[in-house]
Amino acid sequence: MSIAEAKVADNLRTAKVDAAAPSGAAAEISQPPSTLDIFLDRGFRRSTLIIAWFIVALMFWLVISIARQALPAVRSYGISFLTTTTWDPNKAQFGILPAISGTMYSSVLGLIIGTMFGLAIAIFLSEGFLATGIEWLLKLLRLEDKRPWSSIPDRLEDFLKITVELLAAVPSVVYGLWGIFVVIPLVRPAADWLHGHLGWIPFFGTTLSGPGLMPASIVLAIMVLPTISAISRDALVAVPPKMREAAFGMGATRWEAILAVFIPTAATGIFGAVILGFGRALGETMALAMLAGNANVISWSLFSPANTLAALLANHFPEADKIEVGALMYAALVLLAITLVVNVVGTLILDRADASLKGLR
Amino acid sequence: MKTTVGVSLSIALLLCASFAVRQQTGVAAAADNITLQGTGATFPAPLYQKWFSEYNKLHPEVQVNYQALGSGAGVKQFQQGLVNFGASDAAMTDDEIKAVKDGVVLLPMTAGSIVLSYNVPDAPSPLKLSREAYIGIFLGKIKTWDDPAIVKANGGAKMPSTPITVVTRSDGSGTTFVFTTHLSAISPDWKAGPGAGKSVNFPVGVAGKGNPGVTALIKQTPGAIGYVEYGYALQTKMPMAELENHDGKYVPASLASGQNALATVALPENLRVWIPDPQGAEAYPIVTYTWLLCYKKYQDPKIAETIKALVTYGLGEGQKDSESLGYIPLPSNVIDKVKKAADQIS
Repeated sequence: MSIAEAKVADNLRTAKVDAAAPSGAAAEISQPPSTLDIFLDRGFRRSTLIIAWFIVALMFWLVISIARQALPAVRSYGISFLTTTTWDPNKAQFGILPAISGTMYSSVLGLIIGTMFGLAIAIFLSEGFLATGIEWLLKLLRLEDKRPWSSIPDRLEDFLKITVELLAAVPSVVYGLWGIFVVIPLVRPAADWLHGHLGWIPFFGTTLSGPGLMPASIVLAIMVLPTISAISRDALVAVPPKMREAAFGMGATRWEAILAVFIPTAATGIFGAVILGFGRALGETMALAMLAGNANVISWSLFSPANTLAALLANHFPEADKIEVGALMYAALVLLAITLVVNVVGTLILDRADASLKGLR
Repeated sequence: MKTTVGVSLSIALLLCASFAVRQQTGVAAAADNITLQGTGATFPAPLYQKWFSEYNKLHPEVQVNYQALGSGAGVKQFQQGLVNFGASDAAMTDDEIKAVKDGVVLLPMTAGSIVLSYNVPDAPSPLKLSREAYIGIFLGKIKTWDDPAIVKANGGAKMPSTPITVVTRSDGSGTTFVFTTHLSAISPDWKAGPGAGKSVNFPVGVAGKGNPGVTALIKQTPGAIGYVEYGYALQTKMPMAELENHDGKYVPASLASGQNALATVALPENLRVWIPDPQGAEAYPIVTYTWLLCYKKYQDPKIAETIKALVTYGLGEGQKDSESLGYIPLPSNVIDKVKKAADQIS
């Protein structure tokens, strides 16, 4: 660092001298790079290239090594692994249909809840609702031009944004514990009422016995919230000013502008955010292992316990023997495939969102 | 600009390197310390950890890292030679022992009971469960707490009609192994159905990870019942059911009832024995030893000596800690046998 800084400072000094006496040391500035410069420059470029490719190779190596360990299980169980429902290491019967359905069900449910709130937060933070309210309050108190007060709206908006993003930093185990001790008792009365009065609807078909899809999905929703709100907000902020002005210029009210112009314009970006959140929900392990109930049950009921692929892996891997390890690797491969597809789709959609806005910028 | 980045990157690398070197020399300076690595069962982990930290106070040069990853992981890592010792609630099978070329010494270090903990508001205290009742509950045949089998066991007491939620372990564990071995021993239906193992296909219920997970679920679910270790239930103040034993008596889990159960079975030569259904009017029905897995031959004689010293400490001073942590202290004839077996380590 110090060498580089000294060099830069030196260059600056010579530049100043040059400015004072243009005829003097002009040759010094335009000198060719030294051998050391060239060497470092190339070395840096190559090392970044190697590191970048190393990550790609690592990814492939990961997939290949999992696939290799999964091979015996793939051979002996084949497609029935995906369609049967028993996981019994004692009898060497392995099927992950309940885990697949539980993974998808809890993720989709968590995503629906998470998107509702995430999008609401994104609109709230990007369209200046907070600022308007506070500015009105400040005006009322005649403080709008006074120094420390006038910056409050911006600060508060930043604070809210950071708070939502901080949700992503809470460890999964903490969410799990919070789910067991807070969410489950909280949803139990509602669940009992729904089951008692509307039990004929398949979604409320069973009682909530503690852990189950509903509490798991609620906690999952909170976990995907930061992803969805942050990216949706970026998408909404990226709506070109021309569009905004045009919408208001046509006489649209704020709500009309948001619902009919801004959200459709940002739709691809928001959809990409949802897909990325989906990817996160699919892979979430610890909180779900604690909240989903780990029971191999397939049910439409929101209150029924369930299992997920990630939880299955986390629960069984430490004690697994040889055949079970193969089966677990097979399950990991399935999870990897699902997550990969979801993430690739999400990235493609985000790319398209960028491309479609190009002409408008 | 690029040069600046390049130079700063290389300097950062150099800094890292020098830091790493300094750390290494730090390790080298403390070379006469002995660090032992162990992995295994979660069941005896609190006791082992207490022993190792107490031992470390007496002998500061000995540092023992015990990772409670589970019995299966303990056996696996022990077989692969990744650790200095293992620990398992299910001991090791003959096949597993054969795979270890340095030889294996199985040392029962402590014993414990497994209890049925429950959360039934308005239930008589303590709840009594007949064999018919708790097998029926875990097989999913008994679905509510006012089932005649449960009412009968409790002398006709009034039971709530709350549905039963069975809570099991989601992760493979020695606790599950001991519990299902017991169920298989007393119920042909269980043996033919889910069977015995570290992880079985329970017909009903929800599952939590580890003893803490199971306990949390029981606490949060009215109508729940699940199996946890006695020591854990004791520390978390969970209610424990009195279980009907082999002689048809209802016995609470306690130190005495556990010791009575251990006394019913003599240890064989290889010190590997299970007590799936102890006889005797005062014996608690679900008890087990838990084993330390050591190699017969260690490359480093210093490590062998340290392990022997640790075992001696655990069998002597350490047994006093058993009681307060909810384990069953070993009977003195068992301690003598284990000490003799530990002499094979070299």
